[in-house]
Amino acid sequence: MEEEKTIAEFKQIKGKNEVVIEIKGLKKAFGSKEVLKDINLDVKRGENVVVLGRSGVGKSVLIECIVGMLIPDGGTLKVLGVEVAEMGDKELKELRMKIGFLFQSGALYDSMTVRENLEFPLTRVLKIDDQAELDKRVEEVLDSVGLEEAIDKLPSDLSGGMRKRAGLARTLIIKPEIMLYDEPTTGLDPITSREISELILNMQKKYKTTSIIITHDMECARITADRVVIMDDGKYIEEGTFDSLKKSKNKIVQSFFRDIS
Amino acid sequence: MAEEIIIPGWRKWLEDIGEQVSFFTRFLRNIFVGGFEWSEFVRQCYEIGYRSLMLVGITSFIMGVVLIVQLRPTLVAFGAASMLPKTLSVSFVREIGPVIIAIICAGKIASSIGAELGSMKVSEQLDAMDVSGANPLQYLVVTRILATTIMVPILSVLGDVIGLFGGFLALNLRDHISLSLYATKVVASLDYTDFLPAFIKTIFFGLAIGFVGCYKGFHSSKGTESVGLAANSAVVTASLWIFVIDAIAVQITSLLFYK
Repeated sequence: MEEEKTIAEFKQIKGKNEVVIEIKGLKKAFGSKEVLKDINLDVKRGENVVVLGRSGVGKSVLIECIVGMLIPDGGTLKVLGVEVAEMGDKELKELRMKIGFLFQSGALYDSMTVRENLEFPLTRVLKIDDQAELDKRVEEVLDSVGLEEAIDKLPSDLSGGMRKRAGLARTLIIKPEIMLYDEPTTGLDPITSREISELILNMQKKYKTTSIIITHDMECARITADRVVIMDDGKYIEEGTFDSLKKSKNKIVQSFFRDIS
Repeated sequence: MAEEIIIPGWRKWLEDIGEQVSFFTRFLRNIFVGGFEWSEFVRQCYEIGYRSLMLVGITSFIMGVVLIVQLRPTLVAFGAASMLPKTLSVSFVREIGPVIIAIICAGKIASSIGAELGSMKVSEQLDAMDVSGANPLQYLVVTRILATTIMVPILSVLGDVIGLFGGFLALNLRDHISLSLYATKVVASLDYTDFLPAFIKTIFFGLAIGFVGCYKGFHSSKGTESVGLAANSAVVTASLWIFVIDAIAVQITSLLFYK
């Protein structure tokens, strides 16, 4: 009965302006090192939230907690209305079917072609066996990210930008409600970074996803963010639109916007 | 103060044992829950079995030749040259073949599985599989462990045959024995108590090789160096397990068959 209630709860949150990710007083430590000290964040349906912060302040740990890869030490973390820490394996799997996670490296399975990478979540998670349906979905999502020509290539034959696109296609193919991006433009040249940032924005519009984008690329933040949250030393220090934060008096916030005209 | 120094070492060791038991339990559970990954299993059988056949074949052939060359002078000195096929076949089938072939497989297969899964962990592929809702244990671990459990005994049987044939060629160079006479002597000197316990222990050798390779790869840390460490640790641990299993198997076989 408890399980049925949990699954039903996932489906309740449908309207716009509904909070799909609710974080209150989140804490996470590794040994004696406190990485997240007191994080509070609400993300509404359809919103693009960029989390900015220096390396090592716990940005990636935050999204790993959201997807249940890490268990927080304290606070509450509700995704689609359900507390992540209290989920069993089945509920967690069901939640993960609603969340797309784009890793920094793209994390493509290197023994598989792009087509096989994209078919993997469809056959294993959504249990789709019909080859015509698989082909249709793969071709549609590759067309969306502009990677049709790479369909039968191995990840080792792709450039950094193409790997990011393929990784994005693999997460979008299951049509997630929430997208989590872990430094999507790291390691790319400025032109490709801009293309990926614009692609993230376009995909958000097309698939109507709610997104959290972890980055320290200010151009990516400017293009993609509806709202920017700044983190430092495991805490949330300021939030606002990109333009409003440019005028912030906080020195840490200023240091991010110093070189932005 | 002494406790603070000693306990963490023991604790880490005990935690590792506990983690291995948990990993093995999850492997067993994942054989039966969800869909079985037949295509990946067949691919692993090909990679592990067929691609190791040449190495196992050459090594077994050389072992058969070397054993005959080493045994012959001693047995001839005792006027027991006719015992050469029997001595070779019993020693090769009972002990030398299974253990040497398992050690070769530990070097080739456990290291390759450890390095492959370790590299998948470093490049976040395992995490990607996990957060997509797919089950990495079902796709990567179950298929590899079952493939080694099946292919190592098959390789061992083929290695025995090739090794005994190598022994025949070495013997034929000196004593001009016919293949049919050699084969008759080999078959006559072996019974099920020689073959069966040896075959059963190779199943456990295969299980240990696959399990250790997968465990080390899955539990490597996230750094490039850890891929090499996972491969190295997989070979050392799997080799050690082969000797431990062999020692236990010999005791059980002695109690059951050679009273």
